[in-house]
Amino acid sequence: MPPDDLVEKAIWQLEVCNACRYCEGYCAVFPAMERRQRLTEPDVYYLANLCHDCRPCYYACMYAPPHEFAVNIPQTFSEVRRRTYSRYALPGGFTGLTGTNFRLLAMVAALSLLFFGAVVALTSDPAGIFSVHDGPGAFEEVIPYAAMFLPAVLMALYAVVAIVIGVVRFWGETRGPLRDLFDLRALVGAGADALTVRFMQGGEDNGCYYPGEGASKSRWLLHLLVFWGFIFAFIATSIAFVYQDILGTPAPYPILSLPVMFGSVGGIGMIVGATGLVYLKWRSDPAPSDQVSAAMDYSFLAVLDLAAITGMLLLGLRGTPAMGSLLIIHLAMVFALFVTAPYGKLAHFVYRYLALVQNRIEARQQP
Amino acid sequence: MGSQKDMLDVIVVGAGNAGLVAAISAKHHAARVLLLERSPEWIRGGNSRHTRDIRYPHGAEDPYTAGVYSEEELLDDLLRVGGSRVNMELARLCVRESANVVSWMSEHGVKWQQPLKGTLHLSRTNGFFLGGGKALVNAYFKTAQRMGVEVRYEASVEELIIDGQSVRGVIVERHGERRTLWARAVILASGGFEANVEWLRECWGTAVDNFVVRGTPYNDGRPLAALLRAGAMPVGDPKAAHAVSVDARAPKFDGGIVTRLDSIPFGIVVNKHCQRFYDEGEEIWPKRYAIWGGLIAEQPDQIAYSIFDSRMLGEFLPSLYRPFQAQTFPELAAALGLDAEALTATLEEYNRHVSREGSFNPAILDNCSTRGLDPPKTHWAMPIEVPPFYGYPLRPGITFTYLGLAVDETTRVQMRAGAPFANLYAAGEIMSGNILTRGYLGGFGLTIGTVFGRIAGKEAAKHAAR
Repeated sequence: MPPDDLVEKAIWQLEVCNACRYCEGYCAVFPAMERRQRLTEPDVYYLANLCHDCRPCYYACMYAPPHEFAVNIPQTFSEVRRRTYSRYALPGGFTGLTGTNFRLLAMVAALSLLFFGAVVALTSDPAGIFSVHDGPGAFEEVIPYAAMFLPAVLMALYAVVAIVIGVVRFWGETRGPLRDLFDLRALVGAGADALTVRFMQGGEDNGCYYPGEGASKSRWLLHLLVFWGFIFAFIATSIAFVYQDILGTPAPYPILSLPVMFGSVGGIGMIVGATGLVYLKWRSDPAPSDQVSAAMDYSFLAVLDLAAITGMLLLGLRGTPAMGSLLIIHLAMVFALFVTAPYGKLAHFVYRYLALVQNRIEARQQP
Repeated sequence: MGSQKDMLDVIVVGAGNAGLVAAISAKHHAARVLLLERSPEWIRGGNSRHTRDIRYPHGAEDPYTAGVYSEEELLDDLLRVGGSRVNMELARLCVRESANVVSWMSEHGVKWQQPLKGTLHLSRTNGFFLGGGKALVNAYFKTAQRMGVEVRYEASVEELIIDGQSVRGVIVERHGERRTLWARAVILASGGFEANVEWLRECWGTAVDNFVVRGTPYNDGRPLAALLRAGAMPVGDPKAAHAVSVDARAPKFDGGIVTRLDSIPFGIVVNKHCQRFYDEGEEIWPKRYAIWGGLIAEQPDQIAYSIFDSRMLGEFLPSLYRPFQAQTFPELAAALGLDAEALTATLEEYNRHVSREGSFNPAILDNCSTRGLDPPKTHWAMPIEVPPFYGYPLRPGITFTYLGLAVDETTRVQMRAGAPFANLYAAGEIMSGNILTRGYLGGFGLTIGTVFGRIAGKEAAKHAAR
């Protein structure tokens, strides 16, 4: 019978899979599992992060609940992924909080809101929030540049350090020596897998079994929008950084400038994608889902969506009295996303990418 | 429902592969088709949910298999395993009609995976559908319901209403209530009786209490029994069943593929008295796979133990349960609940008789054998001497029974009196004894179900339209 401990439960279910192998045509997880005669705990973390939660294996499984073997790979792997983020990232202080990750995110969002509110209250005339600011340097009239820039840099440094530590620890445990990671062919191949979200396309099937039974491309398309939207927003921010701090041109920038164009495309992509994913998740079959992971996904998508929506509103309404409040909310949402990045849903791309790299290396060595 | 005014065109009994194909095929030609499934929805699909591949002839290369497989070759394979008691007319019809099953299946929602890397020796002859049998069954249910086939779960057909040479309807028990459903034609696709322990006991005695039933607990053969009582002509050995060796720790029902054990040729097999009883190296897969269930069934308490050493771990596909493990023969005996002296003596005697001259090769019938041992081990005989030592407990696992209903080439059920029923058809395992009265050919059960399900659906709908 399936044991209670999460990792033991996952190993037990995977041993059912390894003795069956009917699902090997669906994705990369099952062939990767077949390369192992017996599974270890790090194997479970590796396979769970290689899993894109596309779910046909659940509907095809004759051992799915209520069968006594109770095999439910999508649900079990969601739980394992949730544990991955706290297990490998440092500092591990938030480990105990991962179960309540969505509350952590909400708390950080609220605190950030307070922080930027306080900054405004202390550094300028609070009434200035509700007046019209125009022309170069308008944002700084609401919040001093240092109050935007310094927290952003500190937070980015902290997120990068925590994630790099997570990368080193995850790779060390699931694969071994760090030099294996510097495998250009695998890095590029896995990059292509990641940029196209290849394993949400359904392999030899035709998409994810999401929101319900039956292949659909909608989750893949929406995820692509969020992912590429995020990348575009990141590019916009980087260009703005160059304009502001290297070329000395303060924001806001004209509509036809690079930061605004990249930011707009990215923002719209994220809004459509994140809203669509929330809708799909709301419609999705609860049987193969892990409810705690679902709550974490909802809160992450909501904050991402809010960050994008306030960003777009900021662009549209920057000439109006609403600009000040929008700027504060927008900064708070972005701040919250990055503070929780190493432990929250945003971290999934790091471990997913590492798993894809390892999968490329293994598939090449042992097709 | 319940009055003759609610006359259905076609009732299909059983929603495994054959029943689903028959219902879809009937629906192409008839207005009202009702599919009755004995099980609850979650475990629907009979034993088809445990299948994975279908055997079919293909004269040219195709994307689903790793080579050419002609109709003649398939017929030869069939005759080789089935012997002289094959109904040649039906066998030829089945082979001929199976040439286009893959395209028919694809048109009705089934998806395929790339040919396997050859682990099962079936990649040339059989097409593997993506996700296995439950995915196949799910696809057919979806198609059938989209086309308008009505489906009722937990509906057990207890009797058929027979009037001379015609069937008028079926008596169904559902949620404790009995009802009569009337139809112009009825198709039986309800499988064998491999899950009916009482019926099996009539054939095998109390030994069946130690058997494992590999498939659904719902294949109790009630419609088959009802038809035989009503004068249908039986076909196939009434006491024969196909059984393989499975792990003794498997659940009584529905353990499916994951409990089977492929370790036998890589060591020795002893009974509960620690005696060997058959040449473990006689044959290569799949033949050895098919005989060991029967061999173990003949041993005391229907139990046996496959024993091998650490060098053989990894030579065969892993199974669900881990083997028992020990550093010495007496410790292994203790772990397996066997007599330490007797097991040690058997293992040492075996090791003394291994010739140690051949070169071990699990891919062929190699030249590693025993000398002067009875029974001999004729291939893959390597000494069991490198600890840790491993053991799996084995039981017979019943896959299916052979007893069925005789049919004609339009799948009409034959009566003992000679003529066929006018409007009663059979497809799938319930009539596969017309073609294979014994033996086993991997993936051919689904071929029979698909071919004759299609014919039965068409013929029943044609009859209903008259």
